[in-house]
Amino acid sequence: MLHLILFLFFGAICVAGAINLLVQSHPINSALSLIAVMASLAAEYLLLGAEFVAAVQVIVYAGAIMVLFVITIMLLNAGKEERSKGSRVAILLGVPGVLIGGVLVAWTLLYRSNLQAVIPIGALRGDPADIARLLFHNFLLPFEVTSVLILIAIMGAVVLASRPHAVARAARKDEG
Amino acid sequence: MVPLSYYLVLGGILFVCGVLGFLIKRNIITIFMSIELMLNGVNLSFVAFAAHWHALSGQVFVFFVMVVAAAEAAVGLAIIIAVYRTRETLNVDQVNLLKL
Repeated sequence: MLHLILFLFFGAICVAGAINLLVQSHPINSALSLIAVMASLAAEYLLLGAEFVAAVQVIVYAGAIMVLFVITIMLLNAGKEERSKGSRVAILLGVPGVLIGGVLVAWTLLYRSNLQAVIPIGALRGDPADIARLLFHNFLLPFEVTSVLILIAIMGAVVLASRPHAVARAARKDEG
Repeated sequence: MVPLSYYLVLGGILFVCGVLGFLIKRNIITIFMSIELMLNGVNLSFVAFAAHWHALSGQVFVFFVMVVAAAEAAVGLAIIIAVYRTRETLNVDQVNLLKL
């Protein structure tokens, strides 16, 4: 019973934050509600027993990625978004279509599937040791590939975000 | 005792909210945040299925999704900064030319 109450509590925070992200017109408010969504998702992971995933969710998502977002919003001095003709068409057509699709999926999952098996609290303990064993044995190649991916992403971000004439000056210095 | 389908429905709601934000938002940063919301919805179903099938590899895949999300956020925000430098707008409706 307590499990269900906790699930519904954090799930309600999740959904409220997601809807608040859509409703707010200022990006900084959207970013803050996204942080609330991610923090409560970490609580849901804890309910499922994935303690390490929950910790990483808070550190990487709610920490690093959202700090990146907030810094960009502050750097660009982003103001309220203005509505345009295209966005009105998207609202008129997109909102009903997506809602119908979502309700269909939810109805199928709840009443027309054999996924009704209950998950007890902390069903599968995601110990850091077990996850590390899996990550460094079975998934060693994908792990190394993602490290290369991160390296390329860092270099790409530096090149893209630096000013064009600074890049040109550095290239000239290399030649000379 | 929470059925697996509840977790999947919660993940689906988050994904739908992300798709909606992607469609109706006009600020490029908010569109980017909607993509993160979609990735989070998928992550929740990954962890729920991992608990259901007693397979820890589902949780390992969440890490890979997080790595991709981090890389995407870094590169994407750098692109947003570059776009803002040349166009001085964050409205995607006004970013409609490949070349200035």
